[in-house]
Amino acid sequence: MSSHYEAPIRKPLVLGDKSYADISNDIARPVETPPDRDWWIAFSISMIIFLWGLGCIAYTIGTGIGTWGLNKTVGWAWDITNFVWWVGIGHAGTLISAVLLLFRQKWRMGINRSAEAMTIFSVIQAGLFPVIHMGRPWLIYWFFPIPNQFGSLWVNFNSPLLWDVFAISTYLTVSLVFWWTGLLPDFAMIRDRAVKPFRKKIYSLLSFGWSGRAKDWQRFEEVSLVLAGLATPLVLSVHTIVSFDFATSVIPGWHTTIFPPYFVAGAIFSGFAMVQTLLIIMRKVSRLESYITLQHIEMMNIVIMITGSIVGCAYITELFIAWYSGVEYEQYAFLNRATGPYWWAYFLMMSCNVVSPQVMWIKKIRTNIIWSFIISIVVNIGMWFERFVIIVTSLHRDYLPSSWTMFSPTFVDIGIFLGTIGFFFVLFLLYARSFPVVAQAEIKTILKSSGEIYKKNRDK
Amino acid sequence: MSVKRLHVMFDDDDILLDAVKEIVKNKIYIYEVYTPFPVHGLDKAMKLKPTNISIATFIYGCIGFTVAVLMMYYIMIVDWPQDIGGKPSFTLIENIPSFVPIIFEMTVFFAAHLMVITFYMRSKLWPFKKAENPEPSTTDDKFLVDMESGSNLSKTKTMLKKMGAVSIKEVKE
Repeated sequence: MSSHYEAPIRKPLVLGDKSYADISNDIARPVETPPDRDWWIAFSISMIIFLWGLGCIAYTIGTGIGTWGLNKTVGWAWDITNFVWWVGIGHAGTLISAVLLLFRQKWRMGINRSAEAMTIFSVIQAGLFPVIHMGRPWLIYWFFPIPNQFGSLWVNFNSPLLWDVFAISTYLTVSLVFWWTGLLPDFAMIRDRAVKPFRKKIYSLLSFGWSGRAKDWQRFEEVSLVLAGLATPLVLSVHTIVSFDFATSVIPGWHTTIFPPYFVAGAIFSGFAMVQTLLIIMRKVSRLESYITLQHIEMMNIVIMITGSIVGCAYITELFIAWYSGVEYEQYAFLNRATGPYWWAYFLMMSCNVVSPQVMWIKKIRTNIIWSFIISIVVNIGMWFERFVIIVTSLHRDYLPSSWTMFSPTFVDIGIFLGTIGFFFVLFLLYARSFPVVAQAEIKTILKSSGEIYKKNRDK
Repeated sequence: MSVKRLHVMFDDDDILLDAVKEIVKNKIYIYEVYTPFPVHGLDKAMKLKPTNISIATFIYGCIGFTVAVLMMYYIMIVDWPQDIGGKPSFTLIENIPSFVPIIFEMTVFFAAHLMVITFYMRSKLWPFKKAENPEPSTTDDKFLVDMESGSNLSKTKTMLKKMGAVSIKEVKE
């Protein structure tokens, strides 16, 4: 039994007196019971917002990008803001499942499944924006290096926008297979306990005939480890490449070498905030408090606090370097950002992203569920404004003062953004009712070392 | 006495591990062990060979790297060189810094996907595949050893009972 030893100083990760069968029951319960009224209300609201967004997308495609608030000075605004925001949110899932796996952080197991789901759903939202912004989305195949009838006109491999296409599609597909591979044993668990033939059929299909042979598990663990090793540099590269979209340009305010690390930290920051928002609700609704414990919430708050501080350092470094560079265009871009007509957006960004997470130094606050929830929402808003500040304030006062202008979104801009939030929640709500939302096979491996009752009995 | 096939059920991973070690020590052949989660040390106890899938993955990564370099060399240098923002476009070595991101992404893409495909093929996992675990409870909380009975069935049974088997079922082949 000594192989299950864990230091008593570590808090239990599975609360209560759970057996292996209890874990199966708890994880299968949301799938096997019909959704309640609250779920239907949340689902209907999300669906309506999503449909409204779809309408706005249809209007954009039918009429053209002119339906947006863009003008000749501000040619990129909400679309790319939303794109970067959603990609950033996606990063937490891979960070939790891959980086924390490499660091052997067992608290990952309670939250990795939902975090990965969030990653995939948010990268889908992100991917929508470049496609809509093309104006003619049926020409999407022009993104890819395929031989064609235009005198073999190729894509431009020197362009960071094309790097983005490769980065995002690799990221989405690799996250998807990572997620699905982890899901196989859990789908198999639901399949084998299903009573209704229809459910049995669906979950047999989803579980790919997983049988749990010793050799399968051996390969499964190796594959998980190697995928984590591949996904870790991948996740860092994806937001690095997203930041190249700006950093390789010549626009003052974008052309900075600090962008890659700063964007990656910001992505982890916003992603953890979104995981926090979703899981605080889900643990309550799906009665998973034994697996997603207060300790998990505290850990995520610490990550939010640290990455928030890194982001704060980056903001200040940016300002310093702008001054220190001696380039007056650069200096003006940052002065204008902080004190110009968009000072309020800058102020929101600073207070939401730098100041608000600092309250997490206080243990009472970071172990308080209501506070954690509020801060997570504040951070999500702040990170949206960060991208808005970087993009719009750098553009709206360009080299030619006669073309200085402001940006105001139309109802279509707002509708599409809200629509992606609706779409995201539609997907997440469906997931919460049909997928095993906690990696139960993995939780079972740590039950004897980190289960509350086992720890208590051992310490006696 | 003829050799029979047994399905032996356990309800704890530690008991299972000790039992498998005992069975191997008695030189009884184990066809397969079905478990609901990865039991660490089980593969060594069953004397399974370590998997080579990570070596295969390294090779897949090398393939991805090569494909990326060759693709961009053909497209950007050979087929249609262009002056884009004054970036050098006449030799691969001069233009390669701006190819690094895509070389990296394609390396990861090939390594990850081909590895997962290899895993699915080798472990026979695909849509519409029928599951092969003999008892459905082995994905929940039970552990099943599919084994030969050995030459002396009753002796094997006593041994298994002593090791903590919950049930022993003789199966027809």
